[in-house]
Amino acid sequence: MRAGLTSLLTLMAIFISVRCATAEQPALQAPRTAVAGSKVVLGTSGSGKASLYIVGQGAAIRREIQLGEQVSLSSGDLYNAGRYLVFLVADGITRSAQFDLLPSQKTAAISFLAKPSRLPVNVDDGLSGVVYVFDAFGNLIVAPQQASFELSETNGAKQTRRAITSNGVAWVRMNSAPKAGPAALLASVGGVTEKRIVQQVAGDPCRLKMTARREGRNVILETDPVRDCAGNPVPDGTIVTFTEASGSREATVDVPVKRGVARTTLPNPPNAVISVAAGIVMGNEIRWSDAQ
Amino acid sequence: MIRQSTGRRSLVVLFAVLCIIVCVGADVPTVNLASMDRVGPRPLEQQTQTSVIRDYLEAWGVMNAAFQRDEPALLDAYFIGAARRKLGATIHDQTGLNLQTSYKDKSHDIRIVFYSPEGLSIELVDDVEYQVELRDHGSSIGSQSVHAKYIAVLTPTETRWKVRIFQSGGST
Repeated sequence: MRAGLTSLLTLMAIFISVRCATAEQPALQAPRTAVAGSKVVLGTSGSGKASLYIVGQGAAIRREIQLGEQVSLSSGDLYNAGRYLVFLVADGITRSAQFDLLPSQKTAAISFLAKPSRLPVNVDDGLSGVVYVFDAFGNLIVAPQQASFELSETNGAKQTRRAITSNGVAWVRMNSAPKAGPAALLASVGGVTEKRIVQQVAGDPCRLKMTARREGRNVILETDPVRDCAGNPVPDGTIVTFTEASGSREATVDVPVKRGVARTTLPNPPNAVISVAAGIVMGNEIRWSDAQ
Repeated sequence: MIRQSTGRRSLVVLFAVLCIIVCVGADVPTVNLASMDRVGPRPLEQQTQTSVIRDYLEAWGVMNAAFQRDEPALLDAYFIGAARRKLGATIHDQTGLNLQTSYKDKSHDIRIVFYSPEGLSIELVDDVEYQVELRDHGSSIGSQSVHAKYIAVLTPTETRWKVRIFQSGGST
């Protein structure tokens, strides 16, 4: 009787231990990497129900799943590139894994900054262009990409530069054109192009020249069209200074350029030296006498 | 002479980072800064460098607090643009599921790789070690150690540099 009970207990112990050994523990398989926009498949094994968590700085997901099934995450579930952590919880047992969701290699958008938006003509490396490259989900594409930059002037002249992105960014410096006017700076990466308009304005006045003529009791002073050294008319509003020195007396008049020239009227001085300047650029001098 | 100046500059940077660590508290990550000699195209001034690193490290602390407390508004002080939107949306998802995560950074190995010609963006690469803990309805689900490479782009604002792009991925 006692021997029979012992045998029964032994058999039960063996049965339980076999059951425990063969009962499948929950397990989790995750890919090392996946690409944003593609399906991510997580494998599980075991039996029964479990909770699956996928967390990262770009998503937080919880799903109740059946162990042994594959779990598919679509691009609508996971699209922000980054490191994701997976936790599988079943019957108090937790399994974990990590994977990286990488940016897609296909450029969908670029962030393009051209500076400055207005600059003088003929400035070497005066213009800079910086471009950051993104995929369709706004992830920075860190793999090298070919970027091209083109500065097109209104007269058809073009300047091009190429650069390879590094860590998602490429940049160039370009020269401003000799001719004033708007120019389009284009940046292109992977078929995506962005345009910025850059206003190239005349540089400092160059070879400033004025003439003087009497008009009644006054003398009219007028410059020739004020241009920079490349022949571009300086913008209206540029200040031109006329100075009349007569003995110890000196009179100065600041006049904005209007329609390309600066013009002013001064009382007719008996004997004076009249000079003209714009910024640091000196123009000609006129020795004016009452006899003129 | 140049080497001596570089060494002195590195010492100053190290000192600045140590100051930040001491000011913030004892439970702070270790920070290693790579040499900034080859950063370009714009020359990187010492003061800018110190500010960027300080603001970036503080952004990590703020991000951790925002994820732990499910409070996306905390991000506003240190994140902007795409980074702010992405992190805020994730916290919103977490809140809906009653999940909380914490991102406790243990070490940073930072290299500034780009300072734009006009001074409007700085990009850095950071080899980060951190611990992530997941909680569901307040109960701990588990934690994992992570070692990942981050790319961050910061832009200047009125008060500080803010993180505009914040992206991890790829083993270091």
